Amino acid sequence: MVKFDGNQPIYLQIVQKIIRQIVSGELKPGDKLRSVREMAVEYGVNPNTVQRVNGELERMGIIEARRGQGMFVTENLALLKQLREQLIDGQISRFIEEMREAGFEDAEIIDGVRRHLEKAN
Amino acid sequence: MGTMNKPIVQLQQVSKKYQRTEALKDVSLDVPRGKIVGIVGPNGSGKTTALKLMAGLLQPDRGKILLDGQPVQGRLISRKVAYLHETDEVYGFFKIREAVDYFHKIYDDFDLHRARAMMEFLELDSEKRVSQLSKGNMMRVKLVLTVARNAPLVLLDEPLSGLDPMVRESIIKGLISFLDMERQTVVLTTHEIDEVEPLLDAVVAIKNGTIYRFEETEVIRSEYGMSLVDWMKRVYTGKEHD
Repeated sequence: MVKFDGNQPIYLQIVQKIIRQIVSGELKPGDKLRSVREMAVEYGVNPNTVQRVNGELERMGIIEARRGQGMFVTENLALLKQLREQLIDGQISRFIEEMREAGFEDAEIIDGVRRHLEKAN
Repeated sequence: MGTMNKPIVQLQQVSKKYQRTEALKDVSLDVPRGKIVGIVGPNGSGKTTALKLMAGLLQPDRGKILLDGQPVQGRLISRKVAYLHETDEVYGFFKIREAVDYFHKIYDDFDLHRARAMMEFLELDSEKRVSQLSKGNMMRVKLVLTVARNAPLVLLDEPLSGLDPMVRESIIKGLISFLDMERQTVVLTTHEIDEVEPLLDAVVAIKNGTIYRFEETEVIRSEYGMSLVDWMKRVYTGKEHD
């Protein structure tokens, strides 16, 4: 079963998981999401929690309900692009904050990132 | 609106004594409909007593219990409540298939189709005799017999206790897969809080026969910034205001 972090609401953790699946392309624009029941079983959570997840994603415009058919990933590509940018901004600003707190200069951070990326390729 | 918003079960200033020990003291609780609620607390804190009172299996010494807005009394209550006992209550000489048929016969709301689907999901061999089952399979059978009923209130007494992690996972998934959350409410007692947390909408923490807290699990996480297990530790050591 899926393990959740202790200090954050479970529904938010699932929302983030689905957003990551969309950004990574595992879920594509127009893809159908699994039913509430299927997702509840997969994550080992209460179906009410999954309803809340869907409500949150729908409110953000990331998924859309089609009557009688279930929930689908939006085909609004501009919104998905924005989501992608938000995710990268969030991750990078967190990283920079931590590095600065740890006493690194910006030049060192940039150097370090470049070296890592070169090694990874 | 109307009945949907009314609590499925209400305890109103309920007290219950066994000889001289007070199991519950002046307890009031409204259980909302369509939720999965966990009653948690150490052994002897009054968890099972609260559950049995809701089921009408025990009568309160003081106070009132309302089920679906009606006083809990008489045998009619068994039509509205499906109860999973912690102890084994299924006749050992039955094969699983026979136990299912028997429950189908005695309960009007027993859904045979659901029972069969559950047996398949839980990988139960319906020709096995109940007396020959492992502890885990015994609990799976009890889950089938309880959850296959379309009772509006499903009460589960320690459904995970003493089972290994694999069985606990299958019990939890079986419950999620087959409950009808539109029509059913679940109240369960447990001390396996860690595993059951993602399943629970709300938690009733009982301590020394009184309700210490009644809180939504997601509120505990977002407002207290901690998991249910950590929150419980605080509640029971009295250090929650640190």
